[in-house]
Amino acid sequence: MLAPFPRENKSSQRNECRKFVQVYKRNEGWESMINILPQVLVDGLTLGFMYAVVALGYTMVYGILEIINFAHGDIFMVGAFIGTEVLLISDALGALEGMNPFVALFITLIIAMVLTGALGVGIERIAYRPLRGAPRLVPLISAIGVSFLLQDLVRFTEALARNEFYLNSPALFTGSIPLGSIATIPTKGLIVIVIAIVMMIALTLFVNKTKWGIAMRAVAQDQSTASLMTINVNKVIMLTFLIGSSLGGATGVLFAQNYGTIDPYIGFILGLKAFTAAVLGGIGNLRGAMIGGVLLGLLESLSGAFMGPLTNGAFGAEYKDVFAFSILILVLLFKPEGLFGEAVKEKV
Amino acid sequence: MANLAWKSFKGIPLVFTLIWIVAFSAALYLMDKSVIAFLGILSSIVLVYYTNASKTIKMVIGAVVLLLIIPLVAGENRYYMEVASQVGIYVAMALGLNIVVGFAGLLDLGYVAFFAAGAYAYAIFSTSQANEFIAGNLFPLSGEWFWPFLIVGLIVAAVFGILLGLPVLRVKGDYLAIVTLGFGEIIRIVFNNLDKPINITNGPQGITPIPSPELFGIKMGTPFYFYFIVLFVIAFIVLANIRFEHSRLGRAWIAVREDELAAQSMGISLLNTKLAAFALGASFAGVVGVIFAAKQTFIDPTSFTLMESIGILVMVILGGSGSIPGVVLGAAFVTILQVQLLKEFSNFLHGLQNSGLISLPNQLDPSKFQRLIFGIMLILVALYRPNGLIPAKRKKNDLDSIKNSEFGKEKLGILGRLSQLTSGKQS
Repeated sequence: MLAPFPRENKSSQRNECRKFVQVYKRNEGWESMINILPQVLVDGLTLGFMYAVVALGYTMVYGILEIINFAHGDIFMVGAFIGTEVLLISDALGALEGMNPFVALFITLIIAMVLTGALGVGIERIAYRPLRGAPRLVPLISAIGVSFLLQDLVRFTEALARNEFYLNSPALFTGSIPLGSIATIPTKGLIVIVIAIVMMIALTLFVNKTKWGIAMRAVAQDQSTASLMTINVNKVIMLTFLIGSSLGGATGVLFAQNYGTIDPYIGFILGLKAFTAAVLGGIGNLRGAMIGGVLLGLLESLSGAFMGPLTNGAFGAEYKDVFAFSILILVLLFKPEGLFGEAVKEKV
Repeated sequence: MANLAWKSFKGIPLVFTLIWIVAFSAALYLMDKSVIAFLGILSSIVLVYYTNASKTIKMVIGAVVLLLIIPLVAGENRYYMEVASQVGIYVAMALGLNIVVGFAGLLDLGYVAFFAAGAYAYAIFSTSQANEFIAGNLFPLSGEWFWPFLIVGLIVAAVFGILLGLPVLRVKGDYLAIVTLGFGEIIRIVFNNLDKPINITNGPQGITPIPSPELFGIKMGTPFYFYFIVLFVIAFIVLANIRFEHSRLGRAWIAVREDELAAQSMGISLLNTKLAAFALGASFAGVVGVIFAAKQTFIDPTSFTLMESIGILVMVILGGSGSIPGVVLGAAFVTILQVQLLKEFSNFLHGLQNSGLISLPNQLDPSKFQRLIFGIMLILVALYRPNGLIPAKRKKNDLDSIKNSEFGKEKLGILGRLSQLTSGKQS
């Protein structure tokens, strides 16, 4: 038989859910739900902002090339591994001692972004560019191939270097900030949210204000006309992949910081959910991707925490992926243009 | 491949094929546990397909190889029969998916869900699992029930297919791929967690012991019997594929695949054609699922992952989507690669390691590199052979013969007659 799909390692999230359940069991009923609600919202926001940034990568590529970059989730995963490896190696060299954690995180982010950006450009060059103008399914197949290739390559290198492919990231931030008396936000979560917001604002400014941003929007609207207007379409597409992938890679670093454990298979499911977020907001629409990501994160967190108690344990947190996929399917069925996208008329 | 060589390629001489078959069956008979000989026998089917001979002769040779030579020579050997029936199961699945992807052009990444539906249908009712939610103590059923359950699995999977197909009518292209992928994952998660509140699927523990099929009191528990069951099912599916391909429905599928809008405007009902494709592809998977459950005697949700769906898709696309011989070749190739070649390669490396030539960490075992190989194959196929190893041939109609037939003589239509009348007046 074919090898089983490895279970995603989300022990930390599972622990969160268990914590909720325990809290719930301690004091039955609605009151406890109200009590844990703020905490659930905080966790949901953290997750949601991560989805949002990854969703940006999907949305940008889709807006310009109209292909689903299936490998984007795995670029995120590679970013997580690069970030973790940078931290582990510098930790082993003793470079992290006495270094300001913010500086360390910043350097890690920059390294991961540069490398994953280059990876994204390379993938575009090898697996997508020769297929421009091919039937829609061919690039999708090639993208699935790239995704699998990346997963096993990372597993291979990690197995060679460390003899295991589950990595525990050194935690840079361990504290937590109380939000009044109702909830605490871990510093790492806050940092995720802040950096995600910074990246989103930077991207928005870039797309709206710079020359290259205008070129990107032009190419997204009409490739051939844009190329007639002296825009170098190939360069713009490369740039899109560069930016999207580096954002994905940076999110990977944040993910590793936030959840601690990573393995080569985290990218696939997270990528699917980020894609769901992009579709929810309206694919090809930057603002939609951001809002969709945050919404999806909140929904997932809420369903993970409250679905069990609401259905008396019949459908617990293990159904939260079902929930996310159901949202995806429902959105695609009833509002394929998403919340903020424009309906596309089919040209004959 | 030089194109010139292909142009002049008439096919392999019949003599060569026969010599090949005889040589390898002799080799397999004389040497025990010779994997190469076994692969030679299996690949002789491909040779037969390309042999320069009439269709009847090819069919006869193929049937002799499959029904007589392989069981006679390799039938004693459980391992060979295991591999052969494994190959058969995947060939049957790939042929089912070929209807959905190859003919109708609907990229389905959740195909394994139908397989799971069939497998679970048989597993739940043939073990005591069904007592959990059906009153009375009617179960487990005996292995005699396997045969009716082939039909039950087919129906259950077809219903699943229609349920999944209904929303499909609204989404197209790669959105469809994502939706089906989501469905596949949803079904897996649901099966994995349906051990509470009512225990239907026994959750992650899986269901066991699933009885082997029985016929007139003969227990058919060995791979040898499964080989024949699978072969029978494949024959049925191939026949169905061929008949469908050139039927009105099959041509409608191909029209929808090529251009939905044009097909719709020519009066093809998208709803019916797409639903039929989904239901048919699914029903074949359901039948195979029942066989799979009976063969493994144990199933749990880990056998129905996304990886399986992608694997079957790789088989279809690598072989040539929409081309029946191509799909058979692709499925056989990928399965043998996984089941045998990687294992052999692993064993070979382990042998080297034991003799102290190389040191091989456990993580680098080639049999663990399935995804890498799938990935590389998918990329290469997408870049260089997007139509697969044996591309689908379109049936060409001979226009001249149509023009010269008795129906081609009369000009049809009002305009035609008018022009005849006016030309008659003028003359």
